[in-house]
Amino acid sequence: MAIIFQKPKALKDTSMHYCPGCTHGIAHRLVAEAMDELNIEGDTIGIASVGCSYNSYDYFGCDMIQCPHGRAPAVATGVKRSNPDKIVFTYQGDGDLAAIGTAEIIHAAARGENITVIFINNTIYGMTSGQMAPTTLLNQFSTTTPYGRQADLHGFPIKVCEMLATLEGAAYIERVSLHDVKHIRKAKEAVKKAFKVQQQKKGFSLVELLSTCPTNWGLNPVEALNRIRDEMIPNYPLGVFRGESLEV
Amino acid sequence: MGQRLLMKGNEAIAEAAIRAGCFHYFGYPITPQTEIAHYMAKKLPKVGGVFLQAESEIAAVNMVYGAGSTGIRVMTSSSSPGISLKQEGLSYMAGSQVPAVVVNIVRAGPGLGGIQPAQCDYFQACKGGGHGDYRQIVLAPSSVQELYELTVEAFNLADRYRIVVMILGDGILGQMMEVVEFRDKEEIADIEKPWAVTGHGGKRKQNVITSIHLDPAVLEKMNQNLQDKYRLITENECRYELYNSEDAEVFIVAYGTVARIAKSIIEMAKNEGLKVGLIRPITLWPFPQEAFDKVKDRAKAFLTVEMSSGQMIEDVRLAVNGTGPVYFHGRMGGMVPNKFDILAQIKEIYSRHINS
Amino acid sequence: MVHEIILAGFGGQGILSAGRIMAYAGMLDGKQVSWLPSYGPEMRGGTANSSVVISDKPVDSPVLNSAGSIIVMNKPSLEKFESWVDKGGIIIIDSSIVNKDVSRKDIKSFRIPATKIASEMGNMAFANIILLGKLIAEKGTVSVENFKKALYAVLPERKHNLIPMEMEALKTGMEYNEV
Repeated sequence: MAIIFQKPKALKDTSMHYCPGCTHGIAHRLVAEAMDELNIEGDTIGIASVGCSYNSYDYFGCDMIQCPHGRAPAVATGVKRSNPDKIVFTYQGDGDLAAIGTAEIIHAAARGENITVIFINNTIYGMTSGQMAPTTLLNQFSTTTPYGRQADLHGFPIKVCEMLATLEGAAYIERVSLHDVKHIRKAKEAVKKAFKVQQQKKGFSLVELLSTCPTNWGLNPVEALNRIRDEMIPNYPLGVFRGESLEV
Repeated sequence: MGQRLLMKGNEAIAEAAIRAGCFHYFGYPITPQTEIAHYMAKKLPKVGGVFLQAESEIAAVNMVYGAGSTGIRVMTSSSSPGISLKQEGLSYMAGSQVPAVVVNIVRAGPGLGGIQPAQCDYFQACKGGGHGDYRQIVLAPSSVQELYELTVEAFNLADRYRIVVMILGDGILGQMMEVVEFRDKEEIADIEKPWAVTGHGGKRKQNVITSIHLDPAVLEKMNQNLQDKYRLITENECRYELYNSEDAEVFIVAYGTVARIAKSIIEMAKNEGLKVGLIRPITLWPFPQEAFDKVKDRAKAFLTVEMSSGQMIEDVRLAVNGTGPVYFHGRMGGMVPNKFDILAQIKEIYSRHINS
Repeated sequence: MVHEIILAGFGGQGILSAGRIMAYAGMLDGKQVSWLPSYGPEMRGGTANSSVVISDKPVDSPVLNSAGSIIVMNKPSLEKFESWVDKGGIIIIDSSIVNKDVSRKDIKSFRIPATKIASEMGNMAFANIILLGKLIAEKGTVSVENFKKALYAVLPERKHNLIPMEMEALKTGMEYNEV
C-alpha cells in the first residue's frame, strides 16, 4: 500500500504537550515539512524561545538552542554570523517577539540578518496563563485586561509585519493564517519560501502565523479557528508585506 | 619571545583574543573599554572574522550565547552598567554550559556612576551576578602584559570547563600603556566540543543547548553537575602571586591596579624598616585560599585594599579564618587609593600588633 | 633607576602624546615603562594629565601620588602638582602660560616660555617638546636618538614631515637657560 501521508522526518517521534485545538502542532509540522522538502534538517540550527514552545527541541529533530525571552534573533545572529552556511531559524510567540524582544527583532531585520523567523501570533500570552500581549486586540479579554483591552489604558496592538516591512534589511515578510486547510496550504508555501530566501542568502525573512490559543481564549477548538477568521484577520490582514516579487 | 609593543590595556586584550583564535566579537559601546571594540572592528574583518556592534548589551551577550553554542571562540566586553545588562545571558550560559570570555573594565557605580576606575563589581563578578546558583572564573590581571596572557588563558579555561571566564579589569588597566611581549605562537588548547550545535548532518543525534529543566529532580542533578565542575576548578585553577612574602609580617591583599600601588608601598615600607608583603589573587573566583595558608604562620595582620567599600575583604576574612586581624582600606566613586595614606595605615597596624 | 614623570596642562596642549613619546622612547632604550592618561571628558578641553614611569626593573605602580619630575603647562596644574614633586625633584613650567613660580624651596623649578618659543618657531604645538627637552637635559630620562624614533612611532604619518622641526624644538629645550 502506498503511503500518502506521514509525519515529516524533521519531527521527532514525541507526542506534543500543546493543548487541544492549539495550532502550534500545525506550525511545527509546516516548519518540519519545509526542512524535509529542502533537505536541510542536518544543516539547520533552530532557536527555541520562551513561551509554550520553549521545548520545541523535543519535537524538531535538528540541532537547537533554547534562549532567553525575546533574545532569539540575537542568538540566531550569533549562530549565523559564525556559521553562515548553516540554516538558522527562530520560533517565537507574540510576547517574546513583539514585547520583550522588540529591539532584537527590529535590529535583526534592519541588519538584514540572513535568518528565518517563524512568528506565532495568537494575541495572548499562553504559557503564563493568558495575559495581554502586544498583539492583543482592542476590547479583547485577558487575565491582565479583565475588562477588555482599552486603547487609552493599554495602547494599541502592534502590527509586526507592517512595522518590519518598513526596514530595508527585511527581504521577505508575509502574514498567513492557520485557521483552515486552504490557508494552511498557503502558510506552508510561505514558510518554505522563507527558508529558500535564507538558502539563497537573500536576507531576513519572517512569516507571521495567525494562531489559536483556545485555552486562554476560553473557546473550543472550532470556535477558536473561527475567531482567527472573524476577528483576527480583519485586524491583521493577510498577505506579503515585503518581497512580493522576490523569486526563489 | 616575539614582538615587544607599547600597548593600551584594552588593545592588548583585543589582540590577545585574536591570537587565541577568537574571531567573533559582539559588543556595545561604553567607556572605558571602547578601544576593545575599535580594535576588533579594525582587525577582525582582515582575519576573516566578525565584529558586530549590537543594539544593546543584552543583544550582544545573546549573540555570544548563540555563537558560543556552535563551539567557536567568542568574546564580548563592556563596563559595569553594560555588564549588569549582560547578566541574563551570563546566567543562561552558566546553565547551558556555553564557554565564552567576557571582559569587564570596571567603572564606578552604582547606577550610571562615573567613568573612573573602580573595583565595585567584585561581588557581581564572583558571587554570581545573575540569577541561579552559578559561578564564573574571574581573572584579575594587574599589568598590560598580564591582560594579554590571561586573556589567552581565559579562552583555554572557558573551553576546558565549558564555562564563562570573566576578565575583571578597571579603567586604569584598560587605558594605560605598557610594554607587552607577545609570544610567537599561542598555546591554544585543542578541546573537542561534541556538544556544539553545528547541524547534525544526519551523522549524529540531535544536540540541544538549554538551561530549562522543569522536572526539579533533573534540575537538581544538573545543578549538582555544575557544583562538581566548580569544585574541580577550585582544586585546579587557583592562581595568585605572593610578593615580598618571605619575612613579611603585615600582608596587603589587593588585586588588579591596586596590587600595583601596593608594590610601590612595599618598597617605601622597607625603607622605614617595615616588613610588608603582598598577596595578589589572580583568580578572584576561585579565591586562592592556598596563598593565605602559606603565610598564616608569619602573618601578624592583613590589610585589604580595594577600590570599593570592601567586597573582596569578605573572602579575605574567610580565607584568614580568624588567624589574624584583617583591616581595610578602600576608596570609592572612581578615586584611587593613595600610597601615602595606605603606608600611614600600615604604620598604625604595625604599632598596634608588632611594635606594641 | 626609576623616572616618575607627571605631565599636566590643558587638553589640546599635547600632554597625553608627550607622555606617550617618552614612554615609547623609554621602551626603545630597553627600559620597562608605563603611561597612564587621565581619561574621559577632559580629553576635549578641561585639564589633562598623564603619568609616565621609566624604570630599569618592572614598574611597580603606574598610578603616581608623587613624582621626581613634573611638567606643568597651565596654572591649575601648578597649583595641583607642586606638592607632588619629590624632595629634590624638578618641576618644569611653561612660563608663557603660567605667570607664577613655585613656593617650595626643596625642589628645583625651571621656567621656560615654551609656547612663546614654539610660536616663534612657527608651531605652537611644539611647546610640549621644548619642555621635554629640558626634562631630558636635566634627568637623562631617555636617549635623544630613541626620542626621535619614538616621534616616528607615536605621531601619525601625516605629521612625520614635522619631526625635523620637533627635534629642533627638543634641542632648543635642552639648551635653554633661564635669563
